[in-house]
Amino acid sequence: MSTLLDVQQLASQRAGRTLFADLSFTLNAGDVLHIEGENGAGKSTLLRSLVGLVELQAGTIRFFPEQLPFAQEWRQHTLFMGHKPAVKAELTALENVRLQAQLTAVANVDAWQLLETVGLLGLEDLPAGQLSAGQQRRIALTRLWYSKAPLWILDEPFTALDTRGIDLLQQRFAEHTAQGGAIVMTSHQALTWRPEQLKRIRIQGGEL
Amino acid sequence: MTQPANWSALTAVMRRDLMVVMRRRSDILNPLLFILIVVSLFPLAVGPGPDILGRIAAGVIWVAALLSALLGSERLFREDYLDGTLEQLTLQPQPLALLAFGKIAVHWLLSGLPLVILAPVCALLLKLPIAGWSTLLATLLVGTPILSAMTAIGAALTVSLGRGGALLSLLLLPLFIPLLIFASGAVEAALVGTAAWPQVLLLAGLSLLTLLLAPFAVAASIRVSVN
Repeated sequence: MSTLLDVQQLASQRAGRTLFADLSFTLNAGDVLHIEGENGAGKSTLLRSLVGLVELQAGTIRFFPEQLPFAQEWRQHTLFMGHKPAVKAELTALENVRLQAQLTAVANVDAWQLLETVGLLGLEDLPAGQLSAGQQRRIALTRLWYSKAPLWILDEPFTALDTRGIDLLQQRFAEHTAQGGAIVMTSHQALTWRPEQLKRIRIQGGEL
Repeated sequence: MTQPANWSALTAVMRRDLMVVMRRRSDILNPLLFILIVVSLFPLAVGPGPDILGRIAAGVIWVAALLSALLGSERLFREDYLDGTLEQLTLQPQPLALLAFGKIAVHWLLSGLPLVILAPVCALLLKLPIAGWSTLLATLLVGTPILSAMTAIGAALTVSLGRGGALLSLLLLPLFIPLLIFASGAVEAALVGTAAWPQVLLLAGLSLLTLLLAPFAVAASIRVSVN
């Protein structure tokens, strides 16, 4: 079984407060890591420090340690989605999807098909700024349907989605892990889907 | 990293910026109208005598250009920062400096180039003698990329500060002093009949150097700002 992410003794402080220390975990193909914690516990900081958006206090992060060509180009094989959807309010849903795909250099993306999948067909020519928060998030989430990255790091992916959206997303998660991908995610909602290899980490004011 | 992937990401960044600004045309028009108004204030303030106006014309146009570059420069990265695009760009496998160069190029296309096109109107309003026109246009053509590149550095540095507009002006205007000196010096030289090309060439060199190095500074500033 191949390892996608190996994290050793991670520690982080924000504003003089220890958020987590001595945090270690490994993620193998098919794993889902659910990071739990209260508001402000440091879940987002953890995810952001995994991809290098926040500087680490201590610890090592190794992406794809067994697959050398992957490890050097880990950014290509890792998909990160934060709180903000990175959807342009001025552009339509269709334009947003197409530009997003072009940015990730994935050719032959059928934008119409993607919009149908996430249930936005009929709204494709409205500026994204006029859509609701949940619909904007659906535009951003289309990335998950064409991404070839095996490792997904998702910060609160269910935010603003309705129950059907959440179900749809969990179906996609199940497909992804079945194909040997792995997911690190934070969520306040309990998963209605039971992944076969579910790991949980609870961050709580410096204790684990 | 393959070449097509770099190219595809660069064009995606540029296309997105172009499309967004085309939907918000006031962002292009406002700085241009600002220049026209500032320039047309001068004949009213210093009197319409052609000798005075003609002599200060190049300086006035350049100062107006600097001020208009600051107008709305805050917006260069602000929306991208707020909606999370900037965060995604830093996580792209492509070098961030390359994508930053794309953003600078689009900014120049939509603010620098229109300024060059508008310059003859300004020169006419200020009665700049015909002898100085071509030099003025040349200095604007090679000088405005410097404006775009430098405002991009400033905007990237201050993007996370909320209201960084005033700070941005204080940060950038002193850096534009060499540009101002050589640009108005070149036009002055053309007006008195000596060679203007040394100054223009110097500006062109400065411009190339800035365009070469600025993307790296912008990339570093973006990384600090999204942290």
